[in-house]
Amino acid sequence: MQVHKYDVVIIGAGGAGMRAAIESGQRARTAVLTKLYPTRSHTGAAQGGMCAALANVEEDNWEWHTFDTVKGGDYLVDQDAAEVMAKEAIDAVLDLEKMGLPFNRTPEGRIDQRRFGGHTRDHGKAPVRRACYAADRTGHMILQTLYQNCVKHNVEFFNEYYVLDLIMVEDEDGKKRPAGVVSYDLATGDVHVFQAKSIVFASGGCGKIFKTTSNAHTLTGDGMAIALRNGIPLEDMEFVQFHPTGLAGLGILVSEAARGEGGILRNSEGERFMERYAPTIKDLAPRDIVARSMANEVREGRGCGPNKDYVLLDLTHLEPAHIDAKLPDITEFARTYLGVEPYTEPVPVFPTAHYAMGGIPTNIEAEVYANSEETIPGLYAAGEVACVSVHGSNRLGTNSLLDINVFGKRAGISAAEYAQTADFLPIPEDAANRTLELLGMLRDGTGTEKVGAIRKELQDVMDTDMQVFRTADTIKNALNVIANLEERYKNISVQDKGKRFNLDLLEAVELGFLLELAKVMSVAALHRQESRGGHFREDFPNRDDEKFMKHSMVYLDPEAETESIAGLRFDTKPVIFTRYEPMERKY
Amino acid sequence: MASQKATEELNEPASKVELKSEAGGADAIPTYDITLQVRRYSPEISEEAHWDEFKLTMFGTDRVLDALHKVKWEIDGSLSFRRSCAHGICGSDAMRINGRNRLACKTLLKDLDLTKPITVEAIKGLPCEKDLIVDMEPFFQAYREVMPFLMNDGHEPERERYQSVEDRERFDDTTKCILCAACTSSCPVFWTDGQYFGPAAIVNAHRFIFDSRDDAGDMRLEILNDKEGVWRCRTTFNCTEACPRGIQITKAIAEVKQAIIARSL
Repeated sequence: MQVHKYDVVIIGAGGAGMRAAIESGQRARTAVLTKLYPTRSHTGAAQGGMCAALANVEEDNWEWHTFDTVKGGDYLVDQDAAEVMAKEAIDAVLDLEKMGLPFNRTPEGRIDQRRFGGHTRDHGKAPVRRACYAADRTGHMILQTLYQNCVKHNVEFFNEYYVLDLIMVEDEDGKKRPAGVVSYDLATGDVHVFQAKSIVFASGGCGKIFKTTSNAHTLTGDGMAIALRNGIPLEDMEFVQFHPTGLAGLGILVSEAARGEGGILRNSEGERFMERYAPTIKDLAPRDIVARSMANEVREGRGCGPNKDYVLLDLTHLEPAHIDAKLPDITEFARTYLGVEPYTEPVPVFPTAHYAMGGIPTNIEAEVYANSEETIPGLYAAGEVACVSVHGSNRLGTNSLLDINVFGKRAGISAAEYAQTADFLPIPEDAANRTLELLGMLRDGTGTEKVGAIRKELQDVMDTDMQVFRTADTIKNALNVIANLEERYKNISVQDKGKRFNLDLLEAVELGFLLELAKVMSVAALHRQESRGGHFREDFPNRDDEKFMKHSMVYLDPEAETESIAGLRFDTKPVIFTRYEPMERKY
Repeated sequence: MASQKATEELNEPASKVELKSEAGGADAIPTYDITLQVRRYSPEISEEAHWDEFKLTMFGTDRVLDALHKVKWEIDGSLSFRRSCAHGICGSDAMRINGRNRLACKTLLKDLDLTKPITVEAIKGLPCEKDLIVDMEPFFQAYREVMPFLMNDGHEPERERYQSVEDRERFDDTTKCILCAACTSSCPVFWTDGQYFGPAAIVNAHRFIFDSRDDAGDMRLEILNDKEGVWRCRTTFNCTEACPRGIQITKAIAEVKQAIIARSL
């Protein structure tokens, strides 16, 4: 087994990982371990924009942005973190511009800005133009620009290295500290250990828990599950964002920019139904509200198509030239995948699982929490894998591209600075054993169960029972199915027995992550007997600040039981308030 | 900027409209049978490549990637290919489909001739590692050699650098590149001479050479004036045809050639 030694190891090469690497690489010896080539990361699929109160086209300021973020998250946002993000947004955009990002420009040559859901002028008075963008491929341009700058700074990448475990050891005070990671080289099948003083999780989300999702096949929650298996809690996992406009039946993302540029939603009666649900900002209400409104229209029989199971995104009143200039990619998706011409026909859309608001808990320095009070020196997380929590119970559009830049940068600096003062911790002899056993069990198993079948059943039940509408009954059903699938998972075997590029084997490992995270997500959803942001309980349709204005923290613990599910321990963490008292959330 | 005006002057759309009866209403989508032939190569088992054939029942909007997944998940788990986003933006799944380089996730089965078997093989010109997976390292090496990052020695402004709408538009097309290698691995020059930078690297050089904020255009042009540079291009247009992002690659290469001449390097 090969052992490598770096001051800082970053797991993942999407926006957060590469933004961290640019900072860390200039301060400490840094390696980036990524299961994909960096430019394949899902940051590249983000479309609409990145908000910052540049005030280039109209009056704006970071305090309004902070307020929108807090309100958008239904007050479960840690306000110190939201304030940091909104303030540092301005430099984050300017940093990217200086790195070369080709933003769209105003006639004066400044960075242009456009409207986006939930971003408003003066605390909700009207939509504001805050999103900086590069056509409808802003994420693509961010990913490319960050990769270009990693090339410029000679960042060291280990491409197609899957991190499968974290190595935690006890320090002299008996506290758990990270000593390194165990990774699997896809090309050779060899296991490598990376010893490091600082470790940064930047491995993205877990959208593949669901069937209908905008997420890539590779978004299997690896970082979250690895943290969980190493005793680290996961925060607010019940909160999943369902993006309103996925292409119907496919889940492929159609950016909110389509509505920011003037597109609207209609039901089968041709009605612009968002006028009823959010009279002030209508189609530009936050995503949880729009997604629920759409699902409700379908439920009440006003869906479109042969099965009446979607609504329509109408761009036909916009000039084709405007569509081409501002929304070229997404209109091409509609043409390619649904054969619909958006100039003249409305586009069939339905909510699609898009973003995990929850994840590995961190503070504003991106340090990972070991529990509700203490952080773990040397361990960091940023981006979708993390929960800092700037998104609370519902993320505003564009705030994820912002999150990865602001907290990716902070994580890179924190990790490098810690590494400059810390020593390496010894790697135990048996550090890789758990991983080797897991791989051996899956590769050599002779069971009859197949990865594809179990994953499909998981995704089906999560779509049916854990989507925009949930009740205790549906969640319990999901948990029963997951328990059954976990049993079947033990009897799994893979067909590919080789060492080279054994993606069959890796998909089996990833399925284990998905099952574990789906269970945590469902347990947290069952526990939260209220409706807030992306989590809507039909049996508890109101927000309940008295009981639930706190973050959920779920731990793996063989001794414990939560909501009748063995092996999980539940705790809470207080929400941080600075400026804003919770108010009813109306748009 | 005309398009910007369009938003400003836009009237509030109607609260209610008559929808055409067929609006968004594709009829129930039919299923159909296909034959998929995949070129298999697994050096752990045999140095010889061979073709495997699969008969599959597929669904209306399915893509070639869906057919490959169906094989992998239901029939033969050892079939190996890269993929991630599944909607043409990450660039993982460029492959030769019916002899043409395309992204498997962007090629709808119903758009192919289903009366004949669909053939799928790895892209050419890069060493095949296993089935549809090639070694991408030479491709990324060529990319890195053109210095694909903004260089500007001037005074760094406090706010953003200004750039006119026209200057921004000048290099818009080449910013779309997703580094999938469909172009480079469709180029006959690249097949015979792996030292040639290839279209993708030139596209990414173009993206900076024509960016008004960049100062290092001459350095890149000098690199591309090399004997393995732009002059190897024989304008066969394979690259432009292969590009899943619709980039006018041959035109971009021609613009780089002209720039070299104009700056008389």
